Amino acid sequence: MSYNINNKGYYGEFGGAYIPEMLYPNVEELRQNYLKVMAEPEFQNEFQQLLKDYVGRPSPLYFAERLSEEYGAKIYLKREDLNHTGAHKINNTIGQILMAQRLGKNRIIAETGAGQHGVATATVCALMGIECVVYMGEIDIARQAPNVARMKMLGAEVRPALSGSRTLKDATNEAIRDWINNPVDTHYIIGSAIGPHPYPDMVTRFQSIISEEIKWQLKEKEGRENPDYVIACIGGGSNAAGAYYHFLDNPDVGIVAIEAAGKGINSGESAATSVLGKEGIIHGCKTLLMQTDDGQITEPYSISAGLDYPGVGPLHAHLYRSGRGEFYSITDDDAMKAGLELSKTEGIIPAIESAHALAVFKHKTFKENDVVVINLSGRGDKDLNTYIDYFNL
Amino acid sequence: MNRINQKLEEDKKLLSIYFTAGYPQLEDTVPIIEKLQESGVDLLEIGLPFSDPLADGPTIQKSSTQALKNGMTTEKLFEQLKNIRKTVHIPLIIMGYFNPILQYGVENFCKKCSEIGVDGLIIPDLPADVFHDEYKAIFEKYGLINVFLITPQTSEERVRFIDKVSNGFIYMVSSASVTGAKNTFGDIQTDYFKRIAHMNLNAPQIVGFGISNKETFNSATQHAKGAIIGSAFIKFIKEHPIEDIDVFVKTIR
Repeated sequence: MSYNINNKGYYGEFGGAYIPEMLYPNVEELRQNYLKVMAEPEFQNEFQQLLKDYVGRPSPLYFAERLSEEYGAKIYLKREDLNHTGAHKINNTIGQILMAQRLGKNRIIAETGAGQHGVATATVCALMGIECVVYMGEIDIARQAPNVARMKMLGAEVRPALSGSRTLKDATNEAIRDWINNPVDTHYIIGSAIGPHPYPDMVTRFQSIISEEIKWQLKEKEGRENPDYVIACIGGGSNAAGAYYHFLDNPDVGIVAIEAAGKGINSGESAATSVLGKEGIIHGCKTLLMQTDDGQITEPYSISAGLDYPGVGPLHAHLYRSGRGEFYSITDDDAMKAGLELSKTEGIIPAIESAHALAVFKHKTFKENDVVVINLSGRGDKDLNTYIDYFNL
Repeated sequence: MNRINQKLEEDKKLLSIYFTAGYPQLEDTVPIIEKLQESGVDLLEIGLPFSDPLADGPTIQKSSTQALKNGMTTEKLFEQLKNIRKTVHIPLIIMGYFNPILQYGVENFCKKCSEIGVDGLIIPDLPADVFHDEYKAIFEKYGLINVFLITPQTSEERVRFIDKVSNGFIYMVSSASVTGAKNTFGDIQTDYFKRIAHMNLNAPQIVGFGISNKETFNSATQHAKGAIIGSAFIKFIKEHPIEDIDVFVKTIR
């Protein structure tokens, strides 16, 4: 079984490029060039340099001693929350802005839900002096005001998505429509491991720096490159894809994916796509997605805006279907508790997305010597209002 | 012979109208089809509404959202069209995004279309390559024509490929845009229409996107076999009774 993309752009039965003809030239241009460009030494130099000096990589692999005592395993946290802009998202936007430059594009568009990817995109556009338009659902604009302000300070234009449910899915639709209307000069920086091939693979490769670092960092600390488990939260799944990437072909490493159960899997307010989804087409790829029997895409729900997506990246659909990945869903309540617990035991306030991954201990017990790496994908600053409301702080 | 191919052999410029099934009212689908035929329209595209129509502008998006709210489903559309061939003889094409068709089952969907007398499909997010490799045989089994799109950015090589896999007409998207975006055509469009006309393709071309009135219809059909009006008709039907459809059609030709 292979967990890499095949030459047609599929992970097993998932992936592909189900796009209107209007997008074909752009997507095809990217498909033909992305691996070539990424392999250029000059590209790699610039990418690595920026990751080091601008993003602040490598991000630490931190041994969480008190958490380890509590749960009886050796728990390491991969500190993506310490990256510039506060999450793993910037690994991908740095990669893609360099890609866009190589392809001669002078205008960038992006979609964002909570605003983290929007901020990471606006940041790299400011860095490179490139025009940036970020599409964001009207409802998300209202509930994520600080990130909207950040994007504006960084010089980006934030355009409200007014169609459909006016959240992430619709912001993505609007970004795709913008790309259809601007087929020559514009590059679309997709923020997750979703979309038409080659996006899932390209985003995964840019994020794979996470597992690349885990390997050598763990070697230093434990004398071994491979943990027993790698755990990450999944919305579209870019942080998870990056954290798993270099371990996928090693069956000794357990792959654990945490989805958002929202108010409960059967509550009608959930984002647990692997459980609730069926095979279908969303935003240009074949994957698991939440939909009606009639094939209309439904609205997911999670307290965490970053996990609030009705689909899941095709790599993850494949990990689920093939049994390579172990999937759990965590409710809003358990995620919030896990977020508070990490704050009190380790002095780290996690993003609510990442807090879902930290709640894995509710469902899974580990052996005392198990080496468990949890990808701490982002910091909790952006979620302070949600924490305040939830805990009456 | 498929009704679409028969129609394409007629010595005239074809007017095709797109509308969203189940809009403005759920049960308007059949009366709209009958009235469009009576008004002299050559070819109809019946839009199967989808929650996330990526290639559509605001007008068709809103009509799709409303149709879904009205209760339109794939099954409901087939139910409405069950007896359509008792009154309607012009070619009928269903235009819809791939996911609802995939959920219905591609073969089931094609079978149902063939039973009803639907002549072809336009599925904007099912690329020609995937169709060719995976679904062509099913379409052929049920005698359905699949229509592909080309745009001003489509390379010559790909236009040739699309021509090769087309057994009806080619849907020529007038400009780089979602539906309903333009009001007039400039030199860029005219040059593109001419360029494609000079390629001497096997499949006739029908121009869509941005056709809204007599002027754009005439300019599009100068070099192509016909033109498709979508958003402009949807705007009309939103505000006028079905009986007045011939008024709209008369303003075009």
